[in-house]
Amino acid sequence: MEYLEHIVLVFISIVLINNLVFTKFLGCCPYLGVSGRLDMAFGMGLAVTFVTTLAGTLTWLIDHLFLLGTALEVTRYVCFILVIAGAVQLVEMYLRKFFPTLYEAFGIFLPLITTNCVILGLCLFLNLWQVNDILMAVVLSFGAGIGFTMAICIMAGIRENLALADIPECLQGAPITLITAGLLTLAFMGFAGMIK
Amino acid sequence: MADKQLTIGSTFTAGIWSENPVLRLLLGMCPTLAVTTGAKAALTMGLSVIFVLICSNLVVSLMRNLLKPHLRIMMFTLTIATFVTIADLFLKAYLPEMSAKLGPYIPLIIVNCIIICRAEACASKNGPWISVIDGLAYGIGFTVVLCILASIREVLSTGRIFETVQVMPGGFVPWAGMAMPVGAFVTLGLILGLVNLATKKKA
Repeated sequence: MEYLEHIVLVFISIVLINNLVFTKFLGCCPYLGVSGRLDMAFGMGLAVTFVTTLAGTLTWLIDHLFLLGTALEVTRYVCFILVIAGAVQLVEMYLRKFFPTLYEAFGIFLPLITTNCVILGLCLFLNLWQVNDILMAVVLSFGAGIGFTMAICIMAGIRENLALADIPECLQGAPITLITAGLLTLAFMGFAGMIK
Repeated sequence: MADKQLTIGSTFTAGIWSENPVLRLLLGMCPTLAVTTGAKAALTMGLSVIFVLICSNLVVSLMRNLLKPHLRIMMFTLTIATFVTIADLFLKAYLPEMSAKLGPYIPLIIVNCIIICRAEACASKNGPWISVIDGLAYGIGFTVVLCILASIREVLSTGRIFETVQVMPGGFVPWAGMAMPVGAFVTLGLILGLVNLATKKKA
């Protein structure tokens, strides 16, 4: 029971308190670039969640079963990026077959999930935080994806309204998005210290 | 010869100003925002990116005729990952303190869009010589912005620069918000606004 409680706390913590986008700046490119429309942002978030869960779990397994304890630890980054690229390829094939409209809408952004920092960042953080438990690794990976989806959806919702606002000319576009993002991180700091 | 000079010059102006990776193309935001709490960290990060960018541009340009279109991105990332590993091990060995501070952001250079962007846009189409220059130019453009942003944030949040040199007068109250994520986002947003303003005046 205590273990279950711990898992739930870890999940809440990675989604709200240590949200990778707001506290670690991971995944800023799609966060600032794609988040123009809410439905696109949501689809992107789900794709990233899927890839993160898959890649996080796989890289944790590879790291613990093969790399740690052998001299192959130096090849860690190369292995991680291979796993991620493979997972993205999988999602791409699946979407093309079953959701062609969504696939068309994503265009170039889909292969670019490979270079989404959230995914590689999470795989590296799993190693850095010394997560020693497979279930914990899965929960953290899934939570990171959900956190990213939440962040990008909030941002897209704000941006849809921002398009109608009267903004000084030199701040239009990227600058105002960055400032909005800054205010959002400030809002999310309200969660800091809720756990631990 | 004059032709070549022109290309080098225009590559540099493109990399540092007119196509600056951070200010104009909005690439590589995550290291830009994350490591700019101090000027020292920003400089280390910038130099690592320059190293990786030059090496990966060189290698990609040398193998540009062997690349298959659908495996292109894969080959780019693998090349980059190799050089990032080298940079990471070098920092761990010679600057262990800095390496601990930058943490996962050094390996995250692998997914820095600037490097893939340059590999795709320049190195996979041009010869090795111009690719190296291109890598240097865009790397410097990135480093300069990183250092400016980091200096602003460090001075405002601690009153010092490079951790030792006191800039602000004695009664200065540190602005804690600048060291937090919000400081990074808002400062970069305002810098972008200023750059927009400057270009508009000129045009």
